[in-house]
Amino acid sequence: MARIIAGIGVSHIPAIGAALDNAKTKEPYWVPVFEGFERSKEWIAKIKPDVCIVVYNDHASAFSLDLVPTFALGCASDFAVADEGWGPRPVPPVKGHPELAWHIAQSVVLDEFDITIVNKMDVDHGLTVPLSLMFGQPSEWPCPIVPLCVNVVVYPVPTGHRCYMLGKAIRKAVESFDKDLRVVIFGTGGMSHQLQGPRAGLINKEFDQRFLDNLSRDPAALVRIPHIEYLRDTGSEGIEMVMWLIMRGALDDDVKEVYRFYHVPASNTALGHIILENQAEKRKEWQ
Amino acid sequence: MTLPKQYDDIPGTVVFDAEQARRGYHLNMFCMSLMKAENRAAFKTDERAYLDKWPMTEEQKQTILKRDWNGMLQLGGNIYFTAKLAATDGLSFQQIAAKMTGSSQADYADMMIKGGRSPDGNRSKSEWKNRG
Repeated sequence: MARIIAGIGVSHIPAIGAALDNAKTKEPYWVPVFEGFERSKEWIAKIKPDVCIVVYNDHASAFSLDLVPTFALGCASDFAVADEGWGPRPVPPVKGHPELAWHIAQSVVLDEFDITIVNKMDVDHGLTVPLSLMFGQPSEWPCPIVPLCVNVVVYPVPTGHRCYMLGKAIRKAVESFDKDLRVVIFGTGGMSHQLQGPRAGLINKEFDQRFLDNLSRDPAALVRIPHIEYLRDTGSEGIEMVMWLIMRGALDDDVKEVYRFYHVPASNTALGHIILENQAEKRKEWQ
Repeated sequence: MTLPKQYDDIPGTVVFDAEQARRGYHLNMFCMSLMKAENRAAFKTDERAYLDKWPMTEEQKQTILKRDWNGMLQLGGNIYFTAKLAATDGLSFQQIAAKMTGSSQADYADMMIKGGRSPDGNRSKSEWKNRG
């Protein structure tokens, strides 16, 4: 049986990718950002997931306004790195896990999540920046990736509750897959930020910290946050945090926070990062 | 019939909802076309002629020609799409963010380093009434 062993929340700020790709990681502005991920890299090197499911959003790279799927699951065996206007990031191509991805698609549709199946999709910084932060700069990514792309560009984005329930359906799907795989799920994006208009630059540290606290303490409180609260209190792009709730929904009710990092600013954005381990998983390993 | 738009009360913010997406479809698809190098070159050679190939309103075309970044959003542009026009101009996200807030890039970057714009005083249009 496959199982989800841990979840990672992490921002996917494009400037972080640019800093890595242009060897700016030693610049004073960026040093604290990359130091914040040293322990995470050690953690994931030890955990060695067989597959990662990465929940992210496309930024008008694979999907224009011609097609706006609310939830799109990457079922291909390969995903090219998108050219976002300045050439593709110099990172390895992303290998998928078609067998698991198709299995998840089937399972969640029967669980009433009418997900879009995608067989051709370039992946942009939303997916590659979290991989770079967690895995560094390897010549190839250490495991296959199942991309789950969420619409957070055209309002309304899916509700926090819907995202959380989709996480639960994904967990059920993973657990009914008959190969013994250890899966880590990423929820990416956020935290508070606004990229547009005269209010650009909004950051809400209190909200972000409470959100990080409640991922382990009281996820039910997060699931109830209405869209207007994200928009008003965390900036128009802060609403990306609903994607973290898919990750949270896929974990046990009882999780242990093993690492947290929060830093302002990275470009326009509050960078948030958390690692949550399933407690049931821990108990199994002790037996 | 329309769904209520509580977010209309948020100052300095355009939520890219159904109405905006409908209004800005061609403007955003124009921006999307700039992901291809040959289209960027054609646009740079003659911006007006390139824009005339898209069924946009004259007002939309003017905001693009004038690089009125807030104006584009008002007329249906979405930031992830207009960012492609910015990239064509060699501008970063932070540079256009600074322009949209009416500050210099140095001042904007400094505000971010100091922790960003607080939500206090920036949640409701009523709090922005007395701004110049």
